[in-house]
Amino acid sequence: MIGRAATMEAAAVRGRSLWDDARRRLLRNRAAVAGMVVLALLTLAAIVGPYLTPYAYDAVNKQHVWSPPLTDGHLLGTDALGRDLLARLLMGLRVSLAIGLVATLVSLIIGVAWGAAAGYVGGRVDETMMRIVDVLYSLPFIFFVILMMVTFGSNLVLIFVAIGAVEWLTMSRIVRGQTLTLKHKEFVEAARAAGLGPAGIITRHIVPNLLGPVVVYVTLTIPAVILAESFLSFLGLGVQPPMASLGSLIAGGASDMELAPWLLIFPSVVMVLTLMGFNFIGDGLRDAIDPKDR
Amino acid sequence: MFRFIGRRLLVAIPTLFLVITAAFFMMRAAPGSPFDLDRKLSPEIERNVREAYGMNKPLGQQYVDYLAGVVRGDLGPSLKYRDKTVLDILKENYPVSLKLGLSAIAIAAVVGLSLGVVAALRQNGTVDNLVMAVAILGVCIPTFVTAPLLVLVIASHLGWLPTAGWNDGALANMVLPVVVLALPQIAIISRLTRAGMIEVLHSNYIRTARAKGLPEHRIVGKHALRAAILPLVSYLGPACAGLITGSLVVEKIFNLPGLGKFFVISALQRDYTVVMGMVIFYAALILLLNLVADLLYAALDPRVRLA
Repeated sequence: MIGRAATMEAAAVRGRSLWDDARRRLLRNRAAVAGMVVLALLTLAAIVGPYLTPYAYDAVNKQHVWSPPLTDGHLLGTDALGRDLLARLLMGLRVSLAIGLVATLVSLIIGVAWGAAAGYVGGRVDETMMRIVDVLYSLPFIFFVILMMVTFGSNLVLIFVAIGAVEWLTMSRIVRGQTLTLKHKEFVEAARAAGLGPAGIITRHIVPNLLGPVVVYVTLTIPAVILAESFLSFLGLGVQPPMASLGSLIAGGASDMELAPWLLIFPSVVMVLTLMGFNFIGDGLRDAIDPKDR
Repeated sequence: MFRFIGRRLLVAIPTLFLVITAAFFMMRAAPGSPFDLDRKLSPEIERNVREAYGMNKPLGQQYVDYLAGVVRGDLGPSLKYRDKTVLDILKENYPVSLKLGLSAIAIAAVVGLSLGVVAALRQNGTVDNLVMAVAILGVCIPTFVTAPLLVLVIASHLGWLPTAGWNDGALANMVLPVVVLALPQIAIISRLTRAGMIEVLHSNYIRTARAKGLPEHRIVGKHALRAAILPLVSYLGPACAGLITGSLVVEKIFNLPGLGKFFVISALQRDYTVVMGMVIFYAALILLLNLVADLLYAALDPRVRLA
């Protein structure tokens, strides 16, 4: 009883934290909320959907080739091999979202480690590490991704790594900038005085405090990654058939669009909805976490 | 300033060297060779062909030979297009890509800037919201969606413009590819301009200009725009990279005889020299544009001192 009363009292005096404030502002942003709802629905569809469709995404049916939507029992129609577009679309969405998340995670890990180390150590190490980032920035990266796909053959893991390895640069710059300002704060001094080593300070004190801008950038990286993968698929270098991604579906739809425009239109709509969802959330988060940037 | 250019060029050379090295060994690590044809070559012929292209030597030696060639300005012969050197292919095909790219960036700059300025002047008004909605759409709809959709509606159904082809750069053939390339850039540029303008319009020197009683068009056109344009200048490099990426898609969809089309095909066919030549060409272009962007930035912003 006493414990409960104590927590209630603590709750009563507890002020609004920075994150409470941010959440409040985010939920007032209609575009961001709409983005969250749309993305939640799309994610749910991508996870559960493929189990619910009556057809498998790779089931070929020579009887029902190029059926328009709502005919022959296919809600969104079929493609040149008679495969159900709805099933393929759900699968493609799942693949695209998975690539977006995993490749972003790869870029997040590299970028945060690189940026935090450079910013915290400082001096010549910082200068060298950031010069490397500058040099990498000025390269025609898409060519290297294409070369990588050609060299090692395209498989999902490679797509994760290749795109993630490209997208970490901006992240490392953001993290470094934040680290530079954080490392002179009193709580870091205190930790150092208490005898915590550099690795401990980075993981326990620096990284958690630069979460805000990183979260914002992550939500903007995911759509960039999805876009990059789709771009590769469009050139025939991404996900290989019969597996589908949003990009490979659009590429297939584009080549058959005169005969079967639905093969282009539905994947395009899902693609645009997904990208918009992420971008709205990212913009909303940025405004919410750092309101002065509005 | 000359010292600055000199130093940047000194950094550019190792960067290019890095690019060449990475691309060379990645390309060579790829399975298969340019001489894998549908019809299998007899071992003697293949040996002769390899010898003719110097590909019988150890890889390290080939690499050194290639670098020596690059220094002399010789990018070697194409391994797939008979009787053509890589330089021939670059020379024949870059005008198409260049024309597309330049038109797209020019249109994007003019439209994006105007939209951004108008939006900033009417901040949070109807026009502003409209422009920002368009900008969001422009960022979210990728080129490989806009291109086929526009072809489907405007070219196929309405028949207003040709669906594909170059036709020696006829205006009608240029419209759709250029619009497709420009749209995402318009979106980004208008957002950058709006953000820059809004920030600048709240600054002290603009207030001073207002207090002096300067007419609004001079405040906006002369004082504000000059500062607001700065983020755009540093966007020049990424914009170029974006256009190159876009041109890979656009040249494929519209079947245009530009460089972008060659890259993927050549990479898949293991046409080593052509791939290398294109990587070098684009890397040099991007490095050059970044340098130009820095110089422009310094010219526009007296606070920046080149050192």
